[in-house]
Amino acid sequence: MTIEKKEDGVETTLIPVGRLDTSTAPQLETQINEVSEDTKRLILDFQGLEYLSSAGLRVLLAAHKVFMKRDGGEMIIRHVNETIQEVFEVTGFMDILTIE
Amino acid sequence: MKELTVEATVESIPVITEFVDEQLAQYDCPMKAQAQIDIAIDELFSNIVHYAYHPGTGPATVRVEVLQEPLAVVITFIDQGVPYDPLAKEDPDVTLSAQDRQIGGLGIYIVKKNMNEITYEYKDGKNILKIRKEI
Repeated sequence: MTIEKKEDGVETTLIPVGRLDTSTAPQLETQINEVSEDTKRLILDFQGLEYLSSAGLRVLLAAHKVFMKRDGGEMIIRHVNETIQEVFEVTGFMDILTIE
Repeated sequence: MKELTVEATVESIPVITEFVDEQLAQYDCPMKAQAQIDIAIDELFSNIVHYAYHPGTGPATVRVEVLQEPLAVVITFIDQGVPYDPLAKEDPDVTLSAQDRQIGGLGIYIVKKNMNEITYEYKDGKNILKIRKEI
């Protein structure tokens, strides 16, 4: 998996490309942890993501909690494919995360 | 039928995934079904990595068979670690809020939802977990 990062003021966008699973989830976790303290809005653009497993859900849930705690903070997930959408649906993550 | 035996480590997960995907490629497996199978491999093999031989490691075998009418792929995961039936766990509550959410159990739950069949048996000192997915 490769992860592209774009920073624009209080907004940071991460674009992971490939598969978000047990092997690669630590990479995304590290990138999220390195996002600056000033970031209010974290955007995860999944246009290049093939699928994610529960190892990915773990990272997303932890990041969601961190950003919800920041003043005015939010985490938004964009461009999920059908396979990822279904994982979010069956696990109830559609109701927890902000998915556009 | 094809099978591959590897060390039960995280590093083996992409090796196993590629091995299975190669078999699927011969059957024009739809992308979505392949992604769901790959997710199942990640969930089930990572369970073996984390529980079977903890804190050490040991061998794990993955067997791929293709059945006709209906066309389906059967993947069997075999390890010689401690008896562990992932299906014995209760399904997680998927309606809880973010604060109360636990990740434990979600992986096997995704596999149950995405596969047509999943069975477990402990036989001759081996954990044998089998999934079937129609493609």
